Amino acid sequence: MKRALLKFLALAALSGVAACGTLGQVSPWEKGHLAKPEMGFEGDRLDTSFIEHTYSSKEASSGGAGVGGGGCGCN
Amino acid sequence: MKTLCSPTAVLVLACWLGSSAQALEVGQLAPDFDLAGRTTAVKLSNYKGKTVYLDFWASWCGPCKQSFPWMNDMQSRYSAKGLRIVAVDVDQNSDEAKAFLKDNPARFDVAFDPSGKTPRAYAVKGMPTSVLIGPDGKVLMVHNGFRPEERQALEAQIKLSLKDQ
Repeated sequence: MKRALLKFLALAALSGVAACGTLGQVSPWEKGHLAKPEMGFEGDRLDTSFIEHTYSSKEASSGGAGVGGGGCGCN
Repeated sequence: MKTLCSPTAVLVLACWLGSSAQALEVGQLAPDFDLAGRTTAVKLSNYKGKTVYLDFWASWCGPCKQSFPWMNDMQSRYSAKGLRIVAVDVDQNSDEAKAFLKDNPARFDVAFDPSGKTPRAYAVKGMPTSVLIGPDGKVLMVHNGFRPEERQALEAQIKLSLKDQ
Protein backbone atom coordinates (compact mmCIF):
# COMPACT_ATOMS: atom_id res chain seq x y z
CA MET A 1 0.00 0.00 0.00
CA LYS A 2 2.78 2.33 1.03
CA ARG A 3 4.73 1.38 -2.12
CA ALA A 4 1.76 2.13 -4.31
CA LEU A 5 1.30 5.51 -2.66
CA LEU A 6 4.99 6.26 -3.13
CA LYS A 7 4.77 5.32 -6.78
CA PHE A 8 1.74 7.53 -7.21
CA LEU A 9 3.48 10.46 -5.53
CA ALA A 10 6.59 9.98 -7.64
CA LEU A 11 4.52 9.91 -10.80
CA ALA A 12 2.56 12.98 -9.72
CA ALA A 13 5.77 14.89 -8.97
CA LEU A 14 7.30 13.80 -12.26
CA SER A 15 4.28 14.80 -14.30
CA GLY A 16 4.34 18.17 -12.57
CA VAL A 17 7.97 18.67 -13.50
CA ALA A 18 7.39 17.46 -17.05
CA ALA A 19 4.48 19.86 -17.43
CA CYS A 20 6.78 22.75 -16.48
CA GLY A 21 8.68 22.06 -19.67
CA THR A 22 5.79 23.41 -21.68
CA LEU A 23 5.50 26.58 -19.62
CA GLY A 24 8.81 28.18 -20.56
CA GLN A 25 8.14 28.77 -24.21
CA VAL A 26 6.94 32.16 -25.33
CA SER A 27 5.97 31.93 -28.96
CA PRO A 28 7.07 34.73 -31.31
CA TRP A 29 3.49 36.01 -31.61
CA GLU A 30 3.10 36.20 -27.83
CA LYS A 31 5.84 38.76 -27.28
CA GLY A 32 3.53 41.79 -27.20
CA HIS A 33 4.22 42.57 -23.55
CA LEU A 34 7.92 41.76 -23.81
CA ALA A 35 8.24 44.17 -26.73
CA LYS A 36 7.22 47.17 -24.63
CA PRO A 37 10.10 49.61 -24.01
CA GLU A 38 9.63 49.39 -20.24
CA MET A 39 10.40 45.67 -20.39
CA GLY A 40 14.01 46.39 -21.38
CA PHE A 41 16.85 46.76 -18.88
CA GLU A 42 18.05 50.13 -20.12
CA GLY A 43 17.24 53.48 -18.56
CA ASP A 44 17.94 55.65 -21.55
CA ARG A 45 17.03 54.32 -24.97
CA LEU A 46 19.28 56.62 -26.98
CA ASP A 47 22.29 55.83 -24.82
CA THR A 48 21.56 52.12 -25.06
CA SER A 49 21.26 52.25 -28.82
CA PHE A 50 24.76 53.81 -29.01
CA ILE A 51 26.20 51.18 -26.69
CA GLU A 52 24.41 48.42 -28.61
CA HIS A 53 25.72 49.75 -31.90
CA THR A 54 29.33 49.72 -30.66
CA TYR A 55 28.93 46.38 -28.98
CA SER A 56 27.40 44.64 -31.98
CA SER A 57 30.05 46.01 -34.34
CA LYS A 58 32.85 44.85 -32.00
CA GLU A 59 31.28 41.45 -31.57
CA ALA A 60 30.17 41.18 -35.20
CA SER A 61 26.70 40.33 -34.03
CA SER A 62 23.42 42.06 -33.52
CA GLY A 63 20.14 41.39 -31.86
CA GLY A 64 19.29 39.54 -28.71
CA ALA A 65 19.06 42.72 -26.65
CA GLY A 66 15.31 43.09 -26.93
CA VAL A 67 12.28 41.85 -28.79
CA GLY A 68 12.27 44.51 -31.48
CA GLY A 69 15.95 44.16 -32.25
CA GLY A 70 16.33 40.43 -32.12
CA GLY A 71 15.22 37.22 -30.62
CA CYS A 72 12.00 37.51 -32.54
CA GLY A 73 13.76 37.09 -35.85
CA CYS A 74 12.70 40.55 -36.99
CA ASN A 75 15.96 42.31 -37.79
CA MET B 1 10.00 -0.18 -11.67
CA LYS B 2 8.73 -1.30 -15.03
CA THR B 3 5.24 0.01 -14.32
CA LEU B 4 6.70 3.39 -13.35
CA CYS B 5 8.94 3.65 -16.36
CA SER B 6 6.45 3.19 -19.15
CA PRO B 7 3.90 5.87 -18.18
CA THR B 8 6.74 8.25 -17.42
CA ALA B 9 8.30 7.67 -20.80
CA VAL B 10 4.96 8.25 -22.48
CA LEU B 11 4.45 11.43 -20.49
CA VAL B 12 7.87 12.84 -21.29
CA LEU B 13 7.44 11.98 -24.95
CA ALA B 14 4.00 13.60 -25.01
CA CYS B 15 5.38 16.79 -23.46
CA TRP B 16 8.24 16.87 -25.93
CA LEU B 17 5.97 16.34 -28.91
CA GLY B 18 3.49 18.89 -27.61
CA SER B 19 6.10 21.60 -27.27
CA SER B 20 7.72 21.23 -30.67
CA ALA B 21 5.71 22.63 -33.55
CA GLN B 22 6.10 21.12 -36.99
CA ALA B 23 7.61 23.56 -39.43
CA LEU B 24 5.65 24.55 -42.51
CA GLU B 25 7.25 23.25 -45.66
CA VAL B 26 7.14 24.29 -49.29
CA GLY B 27 4.69 22.17 -51.28
CA GLN B 28 2.55 21.47 -48.24
CA LEU B 29 -1.13 22.46 -48.23
CA ALA B 30 -1.50 25.73 -46.31
CA PRO B 31 -3.69 25.26 -43.22
CA ASP B 32 -7.08 26.89 -43.68
CA PHE B 33 -8.35 29.54 -41.26
CA ASP B 34 -11.55 31.43 -40.70
CA LEU B 35 -10.91 34.69 -38.84
CA ALA B 36 -12.65 37.95 -38.13
CA GLY B 37 -11.67 40.69 -40.55
CA ARG B 38 -12.27 44.42 -40.58
CA THR B 39 -15.73 44.11 -42.07
CA THR B 40 -16.30 40.48 -43.03
CA ALA B 41 -14.76 37.17 -42.06
CA VAL B 42 -11.48 36.24 -43.74
CA LYS B 43 -11.22 32.64 -44.84
CA LEU B 44 -8.20 31.27 -46.67
CA SER B 45 -10.17 28.78 -48.76
CA ASN B 46 -12.12 31.71 -50.26
CA TYR B 47 -8.91 32.79 -51.97
CA LYS B 48 -8.56 29.61 -53.96
CA GLY B 49 -7.43 30.41 -57.49
CA LYS B 50 -5.50 33.48 -56.30
CA THR B 51 -1.90 33.77 -55.21
CA VAL B 52 -1.96 34.73 -51.54
CA TYR B 53 0.80 36.56 -49.71
CA LEU B 54 -0.06 35.71 -46.13
CA ASP B 55 1.64 37.91 -43.56
CA PHE B 56 1.67 37.50 -39.78
CA TRP B 57 2.11 40.84 -38.04
CA ALA B 58 1.62 42.59 -34.72
CA SER B 59 1.32 46.22 -33.66
CA TRP B 60 4.38 45.93 -31.40
CA CYS B 61 6.67 44.59 -34.13
CA GLY B 62 8.90 47.22 -35.77
CA PRO B 63 9.69 45.40 -39.04
CA CYS B 64 5.95 44.71 -39.50
CA LYS B 65 5.41 48.47 -39.55
CA GLN B 66 8.11 48.79 -42.19
CA SER B 67 6.46 46.11 -44.31
CA PHE B 68 3.05 47.82 -44.54
CA PRO B 69 3.90 50.45 -47.21
CA TRP B 70 5.62 47.74 -49.23
CA MET B 71 2.63 45.40 -48.97
CA ASN B 72 0.32 48.25 -50.05
CA ASP B 73 2.58 48.78 -53.04
CA MET B 74 2.64 45.07 -53.91
CA GLN B 75 -1.14 44.77 -53.61
CA SER B 76 -1.78 47.73 -55.90
CA ARG B 77 0.83 46.61 -58.43
CA TYR B 78 -0.08 42.92 -58.69
CA SER B 79 -3.77 42.68 -57.77
CA ALA B 80 -4.75 42.61 -61.45
CA LYS B 81 -2.51 39.60 -61.91
CA GLY B 82 -4.22 37.74 -59.09
CA LEU B 83 -2.23 38.61 -55.97
CA ARG B 84 -4.09 38.95 -52.68
CA ILE B 85 -2.28 40.08 -49.57
CA VAL B 86 -3.82 38.78 -46.37
CA ALA B 87 -2.29 40.15 -43.17
CA VAL B 88 -3.14 38.23 -40.02
CA ASP B 89 -2.75 40.28 -36.86
CA VAL B 90 -1.60 38.27 -33.86
CA ASP B 91 -2.05 40.95 -31.17
CA GLN B 92 -3.63 39.50 -28.07
CA ASN B 93 -5.57 42.75 -27.86
CA SER B 94 -7.10 43.54 -31.26
CA ASP B 95 -7.73 47.18 -30.20
CA GLU B 96 -3.98 47.80 -30.33
CA ALA B 97 -3.99 46.46 -33.88
CA LYS B 98 -6.88 48.73 -34.84
CA ALA B 99 -5.00 51.75 -33.47
CA PHE B 100 -1.94 50.64 -35.48
CA LEU B 101 -4.04 50.40 -38.63
CA LYS B 102 -5.19 54.00 -38.16
CA ASP B 103 -1.56 55.16 -38.34
CA ASN B 104 -0.52 52.58 -40.92
CA PRO B 105 -3.30 52.23 -43.45
CA ALA B 106 -3.57 48.80 -45.02
CA ARG B 107 -5.00 48.59 -48.51
CA PHE B 108 -5.19 44.81 -48.36
CA ASP B 109 -7.17 42.25 -46.39
CA VAL B 110 -6.58 42.16 -42.65
CA ALA B 111 -7.69 39.43 -40.26
CA PHE B 112 -7.46 39.31 -36.47
CA ASP B 113 -6.35 36.29 -34.51
CA PRO B 114 -5.98 37.20 -30.83
CA SER B 115 -5.99 33.51 -29.88
CA GLY B 116 -2.78 32.77 -31.83
CA LYS B 117 -4.26 29.65 -33.38
CA THR B 118 -3.24 30.52 -36.95
CA PRO B 119 0.43 31.38 -36.26
CA ARG B 120 0.61 28.13 -34.31
CA ALA B 121 -0.78 26.18 -37.26
CA TYR B 122 1.78 27.84 -39.52
CA ALA B 123 4.60 27.28 -36.98
CA VAL B 124 5.60 30.94 -37.13
CA LYS B 125 9.23 31.30 -36.02
CA GLY B 126 9.55 35.07 -35.98
CA MET B 127 7.66 38.28 -36.52
CA PRO B 128 6.75 39.07 -39.19
CA THR B 129 6.51 35.83 -41.14
CA SER B 130 5.19 35.73 -44.67
CA VAL B 131 3.93 32.72 -46.55
CA LEU B 132 3.34 32.73 -50.28
CA ILE B 133 0.48 30.42 -51.21
CA GLY B 134 -0.24 29.36 -54.78
CA PRO B 135 -3.68 29.25 -56.42
CA ASP B 136 -3.85 25.53 -55.57
CA GLY B 137 -3.47 26.33 -51.85
CA LYS B 138 0.04 24.96 -51.61
CA VAL B 139 2.90 26.76 -49.89
CA LEU B 140 5.39 28.31 -52.35
CA MET B 141 7.61 30.18 -49.92
CA VAL B 142 8.06 30.82 -46.20
CA HIS B 143 9.92 33.96 -45.25
CA ASN B 144 10.99 35.02 -41.81
CA GLY B 145 11.29 38.71 -40.91
CA PHE B 146 11.20 41.81 -43.09
CA ARG B 147 14.37 43.62 -44.02
CA PRO B 148 14.21 46.53 -46.48
CA GLU B 149 17.09 45.05 -48.52
CA GLU B 150 15.07 41.88 -49.12
CA ARG B 151 12.15 43.65 -50.77
CA GLN B 152 13.38 43.03 -54.28
CA ALA B 153 13.93 39.32 -53.69
CA LEU B 154 10.45 39.01 -52.20
CA GLU B 155 8.93 40.87 -55.12
CA ALA B 156 10.77 38.56 -57.52
CA GLN B 157 9.24 35.56 -55.73
CA ILE B 158 5.78 37.07 -56.04
CA LYS B 159 6.33 37.82 -59.72
CA LEU B 160 7.54 34.30 -60.34
CA SER B 161 4.51 32.76 -58.65
CA LEU B 162 2.15 34.94 -60.69
CA LYS B 163 3.89 33.97 -63.90
CA ASP B 164 3.42 30.27 -63.16
CA GLN B 165 -0.34 30.55 -63.31
